[in-house]
Amino acid sequence: MPDSAVTALQFDSVEKRYGPLVALRPLTLAVARGECVLLLGANGSGKTTLLKLSALLLRPTRGRVTSPRHAGDGPVALKASLGYVAHATLLYDELTAEENLTFFARLFGIADACARVSELLESCGLAARRAGIVRTFSRGMRQRLALARALLNRPSLLLLDEPTTGLDRQGHLWLAGRLAMLKDEGCTILMSAHGASEAAALATRAVLLDRGALLADSAQGGSVAQVQARANELDGLSARGPA
Amino acid sequence: MSTLRAALVIFEKELRLELRTRELLNATIIFVLLVLVLFSFSFDPTVEESRRIGPGLLWMAFLFAASLMLHPSFAREQANDTLAALRLAPVEPFAILFGKILANFAFLLATELVMVPVFAVLYNVAILPALGRLLAVMLLGTFGVSVAGTAFSAISAQARLRELLLPLLLLPLLAPVLIASVECTAGLLAAPPELPGEWLKFLIGFDVVFFAASYLLCEYLLEE
Amino acid sequence: MSARRGTSVVFTGLVGLLVAVAGYAAFFVAPEERTMGAIQRIFYFHVSCAWTAMAAFFLVFLSNIAYLSTRREKWDWLGVSAAEVGLAFCTVNLTTGPIWAKPVWGIWWTWDARLTSTFVMWLLYVGYLLLRDLLPDAERRARICAVFGIFAFLDVPLVYFSIRLWRTQHPQPVIGGGAGTGLDPAMRAVLYFCWLAMLVLMTLLLRQRYQLEAMRHEVAELAAQKSAE
Repeated sequence: MPDSAVTALQFDSVEKRYGPLVALRPLTLAVARGECVLLLGANGSGKTTLLKLSALLLRPTRGRVTSPRHAGDGPVALKASLGYVAHATLLYDELTAEENLTFFARLFGIADACARVSELLESCGLAARRAGIVRTFSRGMRQRLALARALLNRPSLLLLDEPTTGLDRQGHLWLAGRLAMLKDEGCTILMSAHGASEAAALATRAVLLDRGALLADSAQGGSVAQVQARANELDGLSARGPA
Repeated sequence: MSTLRAALVIFEKELRLELRTRELLNATIIFVLLVLVLFSFSFDPTVEESRRIGPGLLWMAFLFAASLMLHPSFAREQANDTLAALRLAPVEPFAILFGKILANFAFLLATELVMVPVFAVLYNVAILPALGRLLAVMLLGTFGVSVAGTAFSAISAQARLRELLLPLLLLPLLAPVLIASVECTAGLLAAPPELPGEWLKFLIGFDVVFFAASYLLCEYLLEE
Repeated sequence: MSARRGTSVVFTGLVGLLVAVAGYAAFFVAPEERTMGAIQRIFYFHVSCAWTAMAAFFLVFLSNIAYLSTRREKWDWLGVSAAEVGLAFCTVNLTTGPIWAKPVWGIWWTWDARLTSTFVMWLLYVGYLLLRDLLPDAERRARICAVFGIFAFLDVPLVYFSIRLWRTQHPQPVIGGGAGTGLDPAMRAVLYFCWLAMLVLMTLLLRQRYQLEAMRHEVAELAAQKSAE
């Protein structure tokens, strides 16, 4: 159950510009612990930018991204409780699944790395292919491994950038199941999606971005379904082109 | 996790990747041998001349090798955006840079250790009398090249024309290392072998300055 | 806008006058050099351009540090302006050298300490400008070039001392007298005056280049705004 008393992630007038290009207009947003937030919007609306800012991969041009739970910690300590699944796999193609996970486990300073790696390979259904080179994996398997990598450090904040892209039906179901489990364990999830999916159905809150600006937020009135409908409307409009 | 430990974890990963594919080491060693052989066609040295121009040729060959070998250091991290994966880790950004500096240092040193005996044979130069001191000079010179080269690999990986840009930016910067290393090597290959103190101090100075600069600037280098 | 242009015209006029006076001083006021004759007069521009280039490159260094500390774009504009202007003065330095050398020593070029290290410095800053060209994204360009610029400037004294140490061990043709050593007071006065003229010229060129960069930025902003609508 989302604990609105505890803010997991706070955006204070956060702006991101790339020279003259504005990726994110001044945005203020608070994500409570345990929420499962669905980020909606067309390509280029700023979803990836928002996720990268949350993952501390980008510095805001203006404003601050903080985690009030970890008020005194610096960026290095904050990263210890983050997990991020990107568009790219963030995996080394020439290493095996096991080698990839072991490397990241050691880099994250996880105690008893080997056991944790085995545990995750098992729960992501990749135990049989642990010695397989990632280059030989299918898209679905890579996505599973990418999620496993993000979960190595048992993150309290999980960020996912369109995690269902390229997944087949089975992959969709598997991801939804995994996310449901994490949600039950109290993990805060921030996930961007393009269309409807089982994973999106888990959301307790929906936020719509359009050209870098916050257009709708179900926490400020309305429901997740309403925001989703508005997103589809915008999508349809832009697909048809200007009237 | 301490910066040094994290750097060693990354160093180990770099070694593992390189040993798995083996593309870089093989290609570089062959290239360097080729350069040495071609030089010998161009110069046809006598023993006297070898002692005079040999050190210069040796270090020129090292620098060419380095220009090729340093580029993939950060360019390779762009596939699958693995640099982002490294930056997600709860470690100081310098751990990433230092880990790669150590890896490049190891690869370059490995190439040089193969090259030097071949050089000694092809050019009839006596390296055994001063072998220990020669190794020390190689370590210091190679470290300077690795530090500057890894930083420049990060710089050029973000630009267009990367393979050409790296040597273009790096080689003028390494002029002091080239001169100092050549002078030290020449001194050690002379009879009797002698290590010029001021040049050795100069090499150490270069290494310290650029290591410190890399440490201070690495955060800006690795940002997205 | 017109007020700004107005002061520019006055300033440009002043600079032109200063340079003209410096030229006159170099050719007519300064005493004739004992051994080299009239060609020596190029020394006043050769040396003052060298010092001005160094001043410009130092300015690049400071701008780079300022940019990384503050992330304000204006420091990036100042950095590129100073680098281009410095490179121009450095090129003049490197070309007046051979023009002076040929009649005096009979050779166009020699690998002595000063010339060689100036040449390496020239290569470093050409690299800086090339790097700028090859980085399309504005924010990344400013940041990466600032880092490279700092590395390059740290290298300049190392290059100079390494080559000087190297060259003193391998004797080369000695440059006539060396700048500033045993210089006639009148000559010294003319030299410093020429340097002043060059510095003022540098400031003018810097301003123009900086304003150009600022205008480019403005145009890019307007274009981005337009395309976003």
